[in-house]
Amino acid sequence: MELGEVELTATLLSLKVAFWSTLVTLPIAIFLAWLLSRKQFPGKMLLDCVVHLPLVLPPVVVGYGLLLLFGSKGILGSLLQQYLGITIIFTWKGAALASAVMALPLFVRAIRVSFDAADQRLEAAARCLGAARWWVFLSVTLPLAMPGIIAGTILGFARSLSEFGATITFVSNIPGETQTLPLAIESLIQMPDGEAGAMRLTIISIIIAFGALILAHRVNLWLMRRGQDMR
Amino acid sequence: MIEIDARQRLGKTELKIDLKVETKGILALFGPSGAGKTSILNWLAGLNRPDDGIIRVDGQTMFDRRAGIDIAPERRRLGYVFQEPRLFPHLGVRGNLLYGRRLTHRRYGTQESDIGFDWIVELLGIGGLLERRIATLSGGEKQRVAIGRALLANPRLLLMDEPLAAVDVQRKSEILPFIEKLHAELSVPIVYVSHDPDEILRLADQVALIADGKLAAYGDVESVLGRLDLPNLTDNAEAGAVIGVTVLAQDDGSGLSLLGFSGAAGQGTACGGVIRVGRLPHAVGQHLNLRILANNVALARQPVNGMSILNQLPGRVSQIVASDGPFVDVQVDIGSPIWARITRKSLQELNLSVGDNVIALVKSAAADPKPLR
Repeated sequence: MELGEVELTATLLSLKVAFWSTLVTLPIAIFLAWLLSRKQFPGKMLLDCVVHLPLVLPPVVVGYGLLLLFGSKGILGSLLQQYLGITIIFTWKGAALASAVMALPLFVRAIRVSFDAADQRLEAAARCLGAARWWVFLSVTLPLAMPGIIAGTILGFARSLSEFGATITFVSNIPGETQTLPLAIESLIQMPDGEAGAMRLTIISIIIAFGALILAHRVNLWLMRRGQDMR
Repeated sequence: MIEIDARQRLGKTELKIDLKVETKGILALFGPSGAGKTSILNWLAGLNRPDDGIIRVDGQTMFDRRAGIDIAPERRRLGYVFQEPRLFPHLGVRGNLLYGRRLTHRRYGTQESDIGFDWIVELLGIGGLLERRIATLSGGEKQRVAIGRALLANPRLLLMDEPLAAVDVQRKSEILPFIEKLHAELSVPIVYVSHDPDEILRLADQVALIADGKLAAYGDVESVLGRLDLPNLTDNAEAGAVIGVTVLAQDDGSGLSLLGFSGAAGQGTACGGVIRVGRLPHAVGQHLNLRILANNVALARQPVNGMSILNQLPGRVSQIVASDGPFVDVQVDIGSPIWARITRKSLQELNLSVGDNVIALVKSAAADPKPLR
């Protein structure tokens, strides 16, 4: 199978976008999951809803919302441009942001479940052994929640790769900059002689998806072996 | 010195405790389930905050509502052994044992008085487990590792919340002897929560009886477990007395143990004597607390011949207390006080009154070395 320039670029760009999207989302998702699992505060219900919105809204709406916020005239977009010199819109960073927002609910849900399951009595025991709160979190809570964190990461990464609607609305479909695999496939299908290329990208998508699933399966096996210790 | 003067509303009951005790040996918090014993441990550990009051340990104020003091649990230096072992599943036995120790050393530096790792491991018999995963340990092994983990952090006080409650009967024998060894060989004082009088008898030096959120009695084991109102104050304990005894001899022929007790000096009555009981698993010379239930003691005016009961202990009636229905409880001083529960009718027929000399008849089976429940 010969990969054309466009196809190779789209594949590499997709991996780059998904990688950065996942990396940025991970700490935020862990924090949000911990907040929603362990803390009571006013507005918790609202935060929960906002985090889950991308799951239920049409992706186009999310993309349009990002456009309004991060566009050159948007509040956040103009601030970023003015003070940090960062342009989000129509760049791969925008594509990563769109993926991150779309993947966040899946991330948070997976991690939150394992925070819920992590035994808080072990955290009390750790404090009585001299561990301050932050160290309890790092040395007890996070390791106990690791299965959920890994599952969430794989899920989030896969969701980033497949992101289409929000991305094309927010950062458009620019080859080499924002044209990820799904967007490239869509473009090729529209072209009169693009079917072969679309097929090749489809195969690549399937291979990457399989890879992620196999990885998830292996991690799961490893966790289950380790999980015997959890009981 | 532990000083507690605090209260907290817990659901329907109010826990209100005023207690000052020397921290020496094992202090048992004894009482029925739900009386608030565990809440008191959590007060000390900082896992639970009283609504009002003060808590001090060795002169350091841990909690003082009015002064706004509430030391974080990690800065109190109190070891806590919970009902469940609460070991960290991702760390392994060695990792668990060193968890608190490393934190203590980081915060306070290493000291010469630190409890030795090898010594604790040997004392608790967990040397062979160091490289094992937590999931592979038995219940008794887990609880011993949990005790080691708490001690290796060099606490100034060890809190134990019914450490035997979550393990089955056979496993108790895997833990209790180790706690007795800690008591004998370690200088760390222990606050031990239990609702089981047998455990208290074996372990405690002092007992605080907690009932209905209040301190109902406090004192040494003899005085608290010897209280007649014990059945009312606790769920399960029967009325009886506790006397301190020494194993004098083991009679292999008859399968009996001879226990000697000495009388309190200057009481004018019989000074000490010997009690024969079913064979106890203790070495000659060892001191024990023997609990004699009031139901297992009968009284006679003169020594009785031709009778199955071996122990005939002369003493003097020191107190007579009306009990439920047709029974009365008679306290007899045989060197130390024991209780006999007899019928009101017998009391009249024997014509007993305070100061009379009597013979207390104690069944050997009364002190059967039954395994801990």
